Amino acid sequence: MMGMDRRKFLKIAGLSAMMGLGGKAAFELLAPGELEASLKELPLTEGKKWGMVVDMTKMNEAIMDRCIEACHTLHNVPNLGNPKEEIKWIWKETYEHTFPGQHHEYVSEEYHGRNFLLLCNHCTNPPCCRVCPTKATWKRDDGVVMMDQHRCIGCRFCMAACPYGVRSFNWGDPRKAPAALNPGFPTNMDYPTRSKGVVEKCNFCAERIAKGQLPACVEAANSVKPHTLVFGDLDDPTSEPRKSLREHYTIRRKPELGSGPNVYYII
Amino acid sequence: MLDKAIKGSPQYWSWVIFLLALMGVGFGCYLYQWFEGLRITGMSRDVSWGFYIGQLTYFVGVAASGVMVVLPYYLHDYKAFGRITILGEFLAVASIVMCGLFVMVDLGNLPRMLNIMIYPNPTSILFWDMIVLNVYMLLNLVIGWNVLSAERKGVGYQKWVKVLIYISIPWAFSIHTVTAFLYAGLPGRHYWLTAIMAARFLSSAFCSGPALLILLALIVRRFTSFDPGKEQIRTLGGIVAYAMIINVFFFLLEMFTAFYSQIPGHMHSIVYLFRGLDGYDRLVPWMWTAAFFALVALVLLIVPATRRRQDILAVACASVIISTWIDKGFGLVIGGFVPNPFERVFEYWPTVPEIFISVGVWATGFFILTVLYKIVVSIKEEVAVS
Repeated sequence: MMGMDRRKFLKIAGLSAMMGLGGKAAFELLAPGELEASLKELPLTEGKKWGMVVDMTKMNEAIMDRCIEACHTLHNVPNLGNPKEEIKWIWKETYEHTFPGQHHEYVSEEYHGRNFLLLCNHCTNPPCCRVCPTKATWKRDDGVVMMDQHRCIGCRFCMAACPYGVRSFNWGDPRKAPAALNPGFPTNMDYPTRSKGVVEKCNFCAERIAKGQLPACVEAANSVKPHTLVFGDLDDPTSEPRKSLREHYTIRRKPELGSGPNVYYII
Repeated sequence: MLDKAIKGSPQYWSWVIFLLALMGVGFGCYLYQWFEGLRITGMSRDVSWGFYIGQLTYFVGVAASGVMVVLPYYLHDYKAFGRITILGEFLAVASIVMCGLFVMVDLGNLPRMLNIMIYPNPTSILFWDMIVLNVYMLLNLVIGWNVLSAERKGVGYQKWVKVLIYISIPWAFSIHTVTAFLYAGLPGRHYWLTAIMAARFLSSAFCSGPALLILLALIVRRFTSFDPGKEQIRTLGGIVAYAMIINVFFFLLEMFTAFYSQIPGHMHSIVYLFRGLDGYDRLVPWMWTAAFFALVALVLLIVPATRRRQDILAVACASVIISTWIDKGFGLVIGGFVPNPFERVFEYWPTVPEIFISVGVWATGFFILTVLYKIVVSIKEEVAVS
């Protein structure tokens, strides 16, 4: 793998996994030109700045629950039954705690106490990547803030740095999660479980994007009500999220911190 | 020179065995943590650093404070400190060992620790902290060892040692500045996001470190025939006094900015620490204890009559240590995480195994300190006789 950058390696690794090829076959993919050509057929892998718009006018509790279920089942996120050790990639939080700076005592009844859907903002200028001592979390060229759980040393500097609380740490061994709370765990044999002592978080379904599929939460939400979650390339003026951002007034979490969150909320 | 460490009185050996026993208990608890993960600590998703990182921060300060005896001697030719620079340098070495161990016990995946060097990230302050701490430890070990062996042989130390000494002086300031930067550059953690953090760290280091050194000097005098010296202790007392005044002053500056501006984010952590927030007030008695001992220390240190009496100075120094330890070794880290990014309060309290692991680390530090000081004292006694 000498001389090949990380992103390229991951692309190939993802691609070979998608095609169901083994290690040996993966090397055959390395033929010059062939890889680029095959990637061209997958429009979703071409993004430069993946982002999401959450349309709260369409969102409801049931849809949020479906999103969470879809994501956590797909990524083998265990329910540890203990808030202290909680691991979550996508979850619900009330308006006043999602946007603490926006809240005021006369907020409309519609929004008072209403739940919002939260996930990693895949920031343009992510503080978590800045502080990571081993580059175990880094920003990909397509905007995904990625996490390498095999390199993470578990220092948890990223958790202190993330202003959005999107990072979870495996305080114990996730494979020992209580069986009663986790029927059929691991729920997805095609996605790795984690070991104890590493940080994890939403990866914008990088493994699905690589196959040209939408993130699991987007698919789950939109199967109930179309356009509840809009995912796409914010760098592309013709993309769905850009269209949505043009048409609606949106807010982001803590934009004043300069981290450039890429998840937008239509209020 | 190490041979000096294995010839000692029964008293010395019982102390060493006591420390070894504590290290053993700490190691046993660490094994438990090794197999179970950090879930055996009080840390959580919301307060993701705790006692270990607090102790790291505190002992970086103690290590940096070695410069408070080195600087007056080498830069101002304050001869009296020539007698005790070695005590400051070896205290720095023992402290950095503790810092390293506190980081190691805090890591979720210790075997991967070398990833910091294999895949270094120059934008990570933790990467730089690792570098400055290790270099500082080496500097002090090499300097202390060479100066001491030269003293033993009755000759002057070599010129290159002097170069290292001059490097070690700004380096001491760098270690605590970089450690402050671990905290002071994180967006969204208001209690830490303050330009005065490094200055606060240095001021609290320069009172708590020399305060500990004074107590150690008094212990050395009591149990050995080597007297660190009356004038030395008196001058150190003056340093502790000034540094503690500046430390408290800097803290009050933080209070002003937070409470005059009335910006909620700036006030929340402080309110949590000193009054409690949303009904959670676990740290309140601790923070007021710190405030009380700070006040006691200030009075005893500022009044010349009390500062110059060694028994009262010892009380003042103990007060400084208690106050700064609570403030910096505990309140600082926890306060930064409360409230969390959702402005919810989740409290932290260390567990029993977590405390015992910390005790094991302290015991390791004091074991190294004991061995190094034993060598120093034996050589000082030897030189005095010949």
